[in-house]
Amino acid sequence: MVVARAARARSLRPPAVVWVPAALVATGMLLPLAYLVLRTLGVGAEVWDLLFRSRTLDILIRSALLVVAVTGASVAIAVPLAWLTVRTDLPWRGSWAIITVLPLVIPSYVGGLVAVVALGPRGVLQGWLAPLGVERLPEIFGFPGAMLTLTLLSYPYVLLPVRTALARLDPTLEETSQSLGKGTGTTFFRVSLPLLRPAIAAGALLVALYTLSDFGAVSLLHYETFTWAIYIQYGYFARDLAAALSLVLVVLALGMLIAETRTRGRSRYYRSTTGGARSPTLVRLGRWRWPALAFCAIVVLLSLVMPVSVLSYWVARGVSAGEPLLLLWGHARNSLYVSGLAAVVAVLAALPIAILTVRYPGRISGLLERLSYVGFALPGIVVALALVFFGVRYATPLYQTLGLLVFACVVLFLPTAVGAARTSLLQVNPKLEEAARSLGRTPLQVLATITLPLVRPGILAGTALVFLLTMKELPATLILSPIGFKTLATSIWGATEDGFFAQAAAPALLLILASSVPMTFLVQRGRREA
Amino acid sequence: MSRVAVRCVGLTKAFGAVTAVDQLDLTVEQGQILALLGPSGCGKTTALRLVAGFEAPDAGIVEIGGRMVAGPNTLLAPEKRNVGMVFQEYALFPHLNVVDNIAYGLPRQPGRSDCVAEVMVLASLEGLEKRMPHQLSGGQQQRVALARALAPKPEVLLLDEPFSNLDAVLRTQMRQETRDILKASGATAIFVTHSREEAMVMGDVLAVMDRGRWEQVDAPERIFHAPATRFVATFMGIADFLPARLDNGALLTELGSAVAPEGLTAETRAEVMVRPDDVTIRPDESGSGVILERTFQGSFYLYRVALPSGNVVHCLEPHTEEHAVGLRVDVRFNGSHPPLCFVDGRRLGLDHNGARS
Repeated sequence: MVVARAARARSLRPPAVVWVPAALVATGMLLPLAYLVLRTLGVGAEVWDLLFRSRTLDILIRSALLVVAVTGASVAIAVPLAWLTVRTDLPWRGSWAIITVLPLVIPSYVGGLVAVVALGPRGVLQGWLAPLGVERLPEIFGFPGAMLTLTLLSYPYVLLPVRTALARLDPTLEETSQSLGKGTGTTFFRVSLPLLRPAIAAGALLVALYTLSDFGAVSLLHYETFTWAIYIQYGYFARDLAAALSLVLVVLALGMLIAETRTRGRSRYYRSTTGGARSPTLVRLGRWRWPALAFCAIVVLLSLVMPVSVLSYWVARGVSAGEPLLLLWGHARNSLYVSGLAAVVAVLAALPIAILTVRYPGRISGLLERLSYVGFALPGIVVALALVFFGVRYATPLYQTLGLLVFACVVLFLPTAVGAARTSLLQVNPKLEEAARSLGRTPLQVLATITLPLVRPGILAGTALVFLLTMKELPATLILSPIGFKTLATSIWGATEDGFFAQAAAPALLLILASSVPMTFLVQRGRREA
Repeated sequence: MSRVAVRCVGLTKAFGAVTAVDQLDLTVEQGQILALLGPSGCGKTTALRLVAGFEAPDAGIVEIGGRMVAGPNTLLAPEKRNVGMVFQEYALFPHLNVVDNIAYGLPRQPGRSDCVAEVMVLASLEGLEKRMPHQLSGGQQQRVALARALAPKPEVLLLDEPFSNLDAVLRTQMRQETRDILKASGATAIFVTHSREEAMVMGDVLAVMDRGRWEQVDAPERIFHAPATRFVATFMGIADFLPARLDNGALLTELGSAVAPEGLTAETRAEVMVRPDDVTIRPDESGSGVILERTFQGSFYLYRVALPSGNVVHCLEPHTEEHAVGLRVDVRFNGSHPPLCFVDGRRLGLDHNGARS
């Protein structure tokens, strides 16, 4: 009968209004990757020669090292933070819970820029320490700076899922452990932590993919990874090599994605009980609350306070020196426009896929779901390059238009949108839809009157997330923006590349402010759910 | 003769290697309440979902109100079948208030609100119009679910374990209320349950199911007093089975002889069903039985008594008859009615269609 129940949802076919758009979207997702493969195959056997000559192994080792270090450090920061803000009587727990997530609004190139300005040679910190006779700081360029910057920006990717999992953990499991004579520590390591493992793994995967695909921070801090190498080769018009390196990068990312899916079990998420779960009792920190507070403060100081104050300082100095800020509004409007467009398109594209995979599980819908996740494994620079190649050769009318840029962002961030829609769909009991059907409504009517109103919060969250990610996206915007179309991201990049850090500060601050709006919405929503 | 509301013939559904519903025939007359009873995993919910249209049968036909809704080359969507469904977890739409939930299945036309008001009165929901589902008690949620399903006046109402989310006291009360509401509205209903009390209280007809097939379809009294199979006998209450043989025209068991039923020959290996109230014990030092266990059940003691052959029978005695475990007792039929005789797990003297009407 277990078999029978698992198979139950499979017996009715999905309506065409669901599977036709889902199939179209999934095919669209494949376009950049497919073109990249064809492009590389077109080069022929020479590819191996190219890869061999260009220190690919060296780049591979550097990338892997950075991914492992950043992921490990993020988990080490995020798990204690999650526990402190969810399960202990840490002072100002609610505020810490919001503040510790906010570094998500800071793009990696802004993080990198701040690291150089604040911690680099002749930087702010060295300026402060100079009277004490400090001539040199530890080297910030290369691995240390890249690791520090990326860790401080990406630990929230682990923090968020772990915190949700901790809040949803059935308190009776921990109470059972305690009733069996185990203390708080043993209970955490033997019961809670194993139960949190899927959440930690999911977050770690996000951090690893983020690090692997990062372009901004590694470029500014001169740490040569795949993305930077690809950009350099693209700039030299060595497009065969750029395509080949991109493909290697995609294979790496896909490998990580597959490894994580393999370790993940399948479970049912929606709740059928009417009563809510009891919240667990909080652990009393006692005198440990001082080191706990210090830990939270240091993380927030480095990841949030430092960037914002350094940027504000530069802006203030610029304004007092009489520099104009007017040009920025046009850039900001462009950023908002592209992000809004990408967010709406991504969410509309995500819905049929989410419905198909949640309500009609099966081999084909599983395949479509995996196709929609391809974007996870595609770094922005890879999608952008593939679309440039494609646009130049086959879709000239589309080349240098906003359409191509929006399409790239949808490919990149569709997995996020699908994830948000899936999560909220999983929490809608399918019996509600069946009840509506038995009351005489067609599948389309049920979708409009029952399913969509119930998943609306999740869809809004998905929209906000894609909006945020598109605002921050650099390489795709850089490569695919029509000539003369400047966004906040490209103007920051342009200024830093030319070494005018002060000019980058104002758009960076504006970008952080604009991103904070959807972020605040997301954080508030997350708190209400937990 | 009343009209047939639901008819199934040869209904079959397999999930992979598991056949959940196996060539089921079923007829429910208009106004009748059919209780579909069986252990978990026997296929009763699948049978219900096949009628509702949430599953597609592998073989067989389903007719609702004389119209074929599932069969060869026919598969009507759930919304086109004119069935009402009440789920175990009620499935009230959390974003709609009571009135909007109930009105959901009604077409937008004049008279809609009258219809809602009518079923609200029927389900005693007056005054709760603007409440949201989470502001209702379990019993109220259940009545809203019932009212919502009844409002479009479906040909048949399907209820999937509707009381299992309620506590014991409320469950007893809701059974009666639901039956009253169903009878007052003249609705035809099929409801699935694993509780035999619920089935007997609610059902006009009981259909006992095991491993995807009917064991017996009959009136509640017949199911209890004249089970067609050993499975039904044990499912409906405690029953022990003692080997019996024909001796000089009488049926001889370890507990003495009884009137032999017709159709039994000397060679048949038969068993006699013994319910706890069919047996009496009395302390006797030379008796053949020994008390193994005593369970207190309020007004009664339930004894488990070992017989010399090693067989065990249960025996229900008034609470005044308090005997110690290990006591030797004399065990007898109390002879209030002739015992039922089973051969190969099926009751003897059963007409051929008895088990599969």
